[in-house]
Amino acid sequence: MLGLSPDELEALLLTLGVSLRAVGFGLPLAILVALILSRGRFPGRFLLHALVHLPLMLPPVVTGWLLLLVFGVNGPVGAALERIFGLRLVFTEAGAALACGVMIFPLMVRAVRLSLEAVDPLLLQAARTLGAKPFDRFASITLPLALPGVLAASVLGFTASLGEFGAVITFAANIPGETRTLPLAIYAALETPGGEAVAARLSIVSIVLALTGLGLAEVLSARAGRWRRR
Amino acid sequence: MNLLVEMEQRYRSGSVSVAFQAPAPGVIALFGPSGSGKSTVLNAIAGLLRTRLLRLELNGIALHSLPPEQRRIGYVFQDGRLFPHLTVLRNLLYGASRTPACHIATDDVVSLLGLAKLLSRWPHTLSGGERQRVAIGRALLSQPRLLLMDEPLSALDQPRRDEILPYLARLRSAFSLPIIYASHALDEVMRLADTLVLLEGGHQLAAGPLTELASRVGLPLALRDDAGALLRGRVHSHMPERRLTAVACGANFVWVPMVPAPEGTDVRLRVPARDVILATTEPRGISVTNILPARVTEMLTVEAGNAVLVELDLEGGGQLLSRITSDAAERLGLRHAMHVLALVKAVSVEMQTE
Repeated sequence: MLGLSPDELEALLLTLGVSLRAVGFGLPLAILVALILSRGRFPGRFLLHALVHLPLMLPPVVTGWLLLLVFGVNGPVGAALERIFGLRLVFTEAGAALACGVMIFPLMVRAVRLSLEAVDPLLLQAARTLGAKPFDRFASITLPLALPGVLAASVLGFTASLGEFGAVITFAANIPGETRTLPLAIYAALETPGGEAVAARLSIVSIVLALTGLGLAEVLSARAGRWRRR
Repeated sequence: MNLLVEMEQRYRSGSVSVAFQAPAPGVIALFGPSGSGKSTVLNAIAGLLRTRLLRLELNGIALHSLPPEQRRIGYVFQDGRLFPHLTVLRNLLYGASRTPACHIATDDVVSLLGLAKLLSRWPHTLSGGERQRVAIGRALLSQPRLLLMDEPLSALDQPRRDEILPYLARLRSAFSLPIIYASHALDEVMRLADTLVLLEGGHQLAAGPLTELASRVGLPLALRDDAGALLRGRVHSHMPERRLTAVACGANFVWVPMVPAPEGTDVRLRVPARDVILATTEPRGISVTNILPARVTEMLTVEAGNAVLVELDLEGGGQLLSRITSDAAERLGLRHAMHVLALVKAVSVEMQTE
């Protein structure tokens, strides 16, 4: 397929699966955090804001290492997960998804928050006078109106996740078929004598995926403005 | 059965405070220029504005301690605020599906407001007038116990206003519902209100039955060029040979040019102050049709001494307002408690059905 070798195809499918999981688990949490952050001032708001945005500012290697500290076999969360659920994150596909999810989280929170805040609060007031309680207002007004923006956020997150490198290689290592996503495969190919052709093919795949994601996000953002026509 | 509202909201630059009672059902007009605090009062009543001081009681039930979503107070906003992602039908049913009450039927509202053809449309395809009608329907179908309307016609041009005003007038009588109607347009207030709450700069100048306040000389309403009294009555009989209709207002009969309204129809008559002539003796050989005995209750010199506003109590009940020149007042020797005759041309009486 696409002139890719089985190994390369495996890396592609692995990347798509990892990114899908990163977005799938990250998005609901991102919506929740965006909602909390857009609610204005409360104690600990800055702390939450900083924590969420840290991966955007830190070198990805540092993020990967911090993940190792927390989610590693001896880390507080990692040890508990292994003891209770038998779930090991380090050096596994799930771990790669976690690393990607953490890296793209600030992007998604930001995009979701912008689309939530673009919803006219006066409409929510109107819903209130019509008898809608808080969660009802969120589900019936805020979320549908913000939906195109939320979808754009997930496409953006998915696309960004395809290219995560530093945090993944630090936290989940570079194991073929397990954690070797496209960027890691490209890196590995370049390290191998005569691997340029493989690197080139995988790079083209990356470029096509990135452009598709970008285009899709653009289309969705354009749709996000649809309701503003009056 | 009545509605009681007391509220006070302080701002750095001033405050808004009102206190009034009115019979419910009925239309209470909050009347005042923009910035006089009308929206603030409505938002406080709806619960959208946090006020430290609010007392809101409808038929003895306190509503002020409930959150807005439980007050069941319908609110028609100036800008409609339809939900853009829902069709007209789903907008209409938004509130209806969130309350167990159902004393106002969807079909009635749809036919009263002429919405049948709009149900599958999207809000952004509606004209301003259509949008406002949908907003009114949506508020009504939320089965409110009180309806608030914040200048629902102010965003519309004159033809659109004329399109909706009859719907509002019908609304008054179709659903026995207390309505608080904020407006700065006197014609809307005169057409719709039972009770008037007059606001200026956040303060309540007066509150009471519209028929009493419309003709009170101490209030800014009387100073307006289009000032006039309001009489409420019922079509009594028609006189086809004279092309006149008699309207019974209390014990008075007011003649107006013949109208097609059936006998027994409730109507309101607006009598412009400029068109009320005063006489001390019964005139002869005069074209005026209505000659109503009255007593002077109040006089106020206005227009730098050129004119006098005369407040009159009709002997048959009700009030009139007359604006005459100071010269005329002097010639007649007008003074407080004097008996006079108020002459009103039939053609200058504006009649509207309730």
